[in-house]
Amino acid sequence: MDEKQQESSAPAEDRRWRMVNRTMRLHGNEAHALIETLHTVQESFGFLDLDALKYVAEMLHVPLSRVYGVATFYHFFTLKPPGEHTCVVCMGTACYIGGASGILNGIGEEVGIGPGETTPDGRISLLTARCMGSCGLAPAVVFDGEVRGRMNPPAVLETIRGWANNDS
Amino acid sequence: MTLEELQEIAKIEKEKQEGFKFRINVCVAAGCLSCQSGLVKEALEKEVNRRGLESWCEVKGVGCLGLCTAGPLIAIEPEGLYYQGVTVSDVSEIIEALGGSPLPRLDCSSHLPFFKRQHKIVLENCGKIDPERIEDYIAEGGYEALYNALRLMTPSGVIEQVVRSGLRGRGGAGFPTGLKWTAVSKAASGTKFVICNADEGDPGAFMDRSVLESDPHRVLEGMAIAAFAVGANHGFIYVRAEYPLAVKRLKTAIARAERLGVLGHNIFNTTFNFDVKIRLGAGAFVCGEETALIASIEGRRGAPRPRPPFPAEFGLWGYPTLINNVETFANIAPIIRKGGNWFAALGTEKSKGTKVFALAGRVNNTGLIEVPMGTTLRDIVFDIGGGIPQGRQFKAVQTGGPSGGCIPEQHLDMPVDYESLSKVGSIMGSGGLIVMDDSSCMVDVAKFFMEFCMSESCGKCVPCRVGTTQVYHLLGKITSGNGQPSDIEMLEELCDLVKNTSLCGLGQTSPNPVMSTLRYFRDEYTAHIKEKTCPAGACVIHGSKEAK
Repeated sequence: MDEKQQESSAPAEDRRWRMVNRTMRLHGNEAHALIETLHTVQESFGFLDLDALKYVAEMLHVPLSRVYGVATFYHFFTLKPPGEHTCVVCMGTACYIGGASGILNGIGEEVGIGPGETTPDGRISLLTARCMGSCGLAPAVVFDGEVRGRMNPPAVLETIRGWANNDS
Repeated sequence: MTLEELQEIAKIEKEKQEGFKFRINVCVAAGCLSCQSGLVKEALEKEVNRRGLESWCEVKGVGCLGLCTAGPLIAIEPEGLYYQGVTVSDVSEIIEALGGSPLPRLDCSSHLPFFKRQHKIVLENCGKIDPERIEDYIAEGGYEALYNALRLMTPSGVIEQVVRSGLRGRGGAGFPTGLKWTAVSKAASGTKFVICNADEGDPGAFMDRSVLESDPHRVLEGMAIAAFAVGANHGFIYVRAEYPLAVKRLKTAIARAERLGVLGHNIFNTTFNFDVKIRLGAGAFVCGEETALIASIEGRRGAPRPRPPFPAEFGLWGYPTLINNVETFANIAPIIRKGGNWFAALGTEKSKGTKVFALAGRVNNTGLIEVPMGTTLRDIVFDIGGGIPQGRQFKAVQTGGPSGGCIPEQHLDMPVDYESLSKVGSIMGSGGLIVMDDSSCMVDVAKFFMEFCMSESCGKCVPCRVGTTQVYHLLGKITSGNGQPSDIEMLEELCDLVKNTSLCGLGQTSPNPVMSTLRYFRDEYTAHIKEKTCPAGACVIHGSKEAK
């Protein structure tokens, strides 16, 4: 919370803010652009920080409380910076029946974090998904955006160890 | 765009396709893509180029071929061969074997009932056309229905066909589509909206995703016909942000359709205008409820509001709004092309047409299927699904996601339609079908769904917000071996309360998994409570996992 916030305007030279401004402009800076704008912020910055929320609130003439309400209501938005690598374990029905909780527990034992947490060194974030629609390949795990099907704890831990040991 | 131009595009495309002796269709829907089918497609293209067979054999990326379990899957036309589990190293052999005898190693014919027992209407183009090319869709008769509706029919004539077809909403509740359209068309307003609900939040369901990824134009055409029928000029597709591929293909499809003039201004040289915009969901299950979905498009938290007024009178920004599910819209073009009576001849008395199901869980052939309404669950699980793997025992099939119930063996011969499913305590839902074997504990499954509903409850009404939490804790108490006999009674009372007093569908149906398991698998509840054991060996009781 620094100059950026005091000025309440985005540094125009930052490409990421330009993307955010573009989204708002495309929707005529109307209040209903809020969710679309937050999507762009998260896409550009990886998460939603307080500065960004304040900036969006001001630009769209929406109370900050409503922006915060929306940002926390939807699971897709995160207010915490993600780790260097992200592992998303699908917890949809088919994956659950297929043993997704075993995978989750295995990761927890290996690196000591639960769903929604990031390792203290900021290297790995562990998330769960409601269902990614890859039920035909259950259980599914997403490693840094890449969906892999028919997973089991040893296969997942192999990737996780690779990340933890910095040789990815 | 005129009819002649449309037919010309179809003709050129058909001729181009018929010019090839062989066509290799590689599934590039999300399931197969995650098994590296993209690399297989590239390798096939390279191999064809290397051998100089470009004019003889076409390699095409297509939508879902259905049998996700055997991915990456490719189909070879015109022979109708399927190869499963294809890897880059198989490519040269596949090209070699074209026209000869099929490769036994990759042959998929053991899964034959899976392909043969289906009846495809919604999925007729899936696995056949390249979802990123509008010409391919037009070659299969695409946008002809829109032309017919706009140039040869009146809005009320279109609605009449939909009413006659008996089509019911495929999002889950099964409300007659024709009735909904009539209501919106009668609403007096200069501005109306059409919304496509693609917020497929049910865990275990991937039908809408597959349709959007495999045949996006089909949905756009359905929406345009609906807009014409009800008098709307603007459309939204509310799609999950978790489906990036579907979003990308939809965007491509909208841009192509606008360029060709089948969307946008003066469609088919009429005065009808219709534009479609995409809105991304942000991971809230409750946004599948129509009033919550509208709130979300308006940029607010997805909290439902009491109905009436229904969106047909008071919807997006207060204007009359038609909301239908992806699969519902995908049924429209064939109904207009072939007539409502043709559609009504399929299915059962009260449930017409076909239904797409996402078959998953403990079943051999997982994937996407489409069967006529009235097909029995046994046919679906054992014939099409190929039975339970590893010789285990079938226990239940779960339909309708967190709003549905678990159906035991004794009801397997029941025909699948809206009424029969609700009679046995489940719902049709959007079409997720999860098969469970004897390794699944039904109390644990009920707890899983209740956890889902608890965290997805929007918090607006007390019965849902507090009730789901209480039910979840009771189930947790039972699965950990701390349950008391009175807990079952308490569960029943709570479920009844949540069901009858919640504001929206999420709360009203959230007790279904608990009530249906209590109805059919009460012995498992009592085993946890009285004997402190989990019959399936899935629950951790008093710190130790009970072996069977």
